[in-house]
Amino acid sequence: MTEPKIVLDNVVKTFGDNHVLDGLSLAIEPGESVAIIGQSGSGKSVTLKCILGLIKPDSGSIRIDGEEVVGASGRALARLRPRIGMLFQGSALFDSLPVWRNVTFGLTRGQHRDAARLRKVAEENLERVGLGREILDLKPGELSGGMQKRVALARAIAPRPEIIFFDEPTTGLDPIRADVINDLIVSLTDDIGVTALTITHDMASARKIAHRVAMLYQGRIIWYGPRDRLYDSGNPYVDQFVQGRADGPIT
Amino acid sequence: MNGGNPVVALIALLAAIGRATILMFATIGGVSRFAARTVRRGLTPPYYPGALFQQLAQIGWLSLPVVGLTAIFTGAALAQQTFTAGSRFNAQSTVPAIVVIGIVRELGPVLVGLMVAGRVSSSMAAELGTMRVTEQLDAMTTLRTDPYRYLIAPRLFAALISLPLLVLIANSIGIFGGYMLSVYKLGFNASSYLAITRNFLEADDFAMALVKAGVFGFFIALMGCYHGFRTEGGAAGVGRATTNAVVSSFILILVSNLLVTVLAFG
Repeated sequence: MTEPKIVLDNVVKTFGDNHVLDGLSLAIEPGESVAIIGQSGSGKSVTLKCILGLIKPDSGSIRIDGEEVVGASGRALARLRPRIGMLFQGSALFDSLPVWRNVTFGLTRGQHRDAARLRKVAEENLERVGLGREILDLKPGELSGGMQKRVALARAIAPRPEIIFFDEPTTGLDPIRADVINDLIVSLTDDIGVTALTITHDMASARKIAHRVAMLYQGRIIWYGPRDRLYDSGNPYVDQFVQGRADGPIT
Repeated sequence: MNGGNPVVALIALLAAIGRATILMFATIGGVSRFAARTVRRGLTPPYYPGALFQQLAQIGWLSLPVVGLTAIFTGAALAQQTFTAGSRFNAQSTVPAIVVIGIVRELGPVLVGLMVAGRVSSSMAAELGTMRVTEQLDAMTTLRTDPYRYLIAPRLFAALISLPLLVLIANSIGIFGGYMLSVYKLGFNASSYLAITRNFLEADDFAMALVKAGVFGFFIALMGCYHGFRTEGGAAGVGRATTNAVVSSFILILVSNLLVTVLAFG
């Protein structure tokens, strides 16, 4: 049997007295789209940053294609990174650089070269997220929030990663713009076969983009199931969360 | 509480001193590691010459107006002060010597250091701090670009190169300021003023000024980048980082200036 694409095994991360991740385990198959739902501050972003090697867990194991991330050398992480793209919550575009250099940043690693070819590459990637060439020379600050998000998505997919992480991709967007992003994520997983891990508290988005949904509560995955079961999971915590009720086991 | 018990109060005092000491050494350790990592990575590829030139323009070229302004006014004021004080015991003729020694050895490097620290350290901390809180630094890492090589090393090296050049220019302008005031207001003879200036202008003094400038440049960029890089807590955090960068680079400039001076003359 083949190893899943991403495995998290008993991951623990503490900040001071705060047990953010308390034995989190999760496995994601190749080509699968998984959404992690959970309250604000439940450790969803920390989970992504641990997988990316930006934060080092206190203990546990994280493997991508069977390669250990926890405690890996800078060089080993650098080898893994081309396979992974990340869409940050606030887009995290480099505001001193024009759009085309943002989109191609992962290809050039920040170096200036071959502008004509790179602009072409930027244009192709912008087209994949439904944006035109007229914004190539604009600065990120000149774009609306929804366009920034799409430029950030173009930047994440430009190096053709096998895995993409989405940190609250629809937060701060109106429902229509949010659905445009949802469609893009679905097309990435269904058409190109990218493995996707999304953290969100937008239930409509989770149901649309994910094959399976995991609920994170108090540093652990307390429920992991197919998206169709999200509303009849039989788990009182999940029920309370997906229905957005103030009263229930989660306080 | 136990405020009345002298033993408890003493232990509390010792604990506070201990905590502060540990914090101080932890900070020194953290800053040293940060500097070592920047230099090590900055000297290994990939290099970013474009970023280095951009920073040279930012730190060196764009600091010229404020540095020149500071130097010319300080040189002139120093000439006037020396003249007024010297005239009490008929020592007005020391003006050119004191202007040249005062500017080159002390005022040039220190004033340039402080002005550039105020201008550059703060903007580095604010820029990198904003990049930190908006996750741009994390994004850069995920895009296979090392922020130490791309952002920090160019700033550190550019400051190391720019400051000696700025001090060289400031020293010349400062001496010129003293000359202008002495000749056009205090009635000195231009050629004899220049002759005395040349007499007291020593290569060793200039060398020390350049060493000081290099040290100050290193600390200015290091403090700006260190505090910016470690920013946490949104806009308020960026504000704190900016303040800390300026205050700590001022302190380091003043302390290292004294150390270099005492080592050279002590």
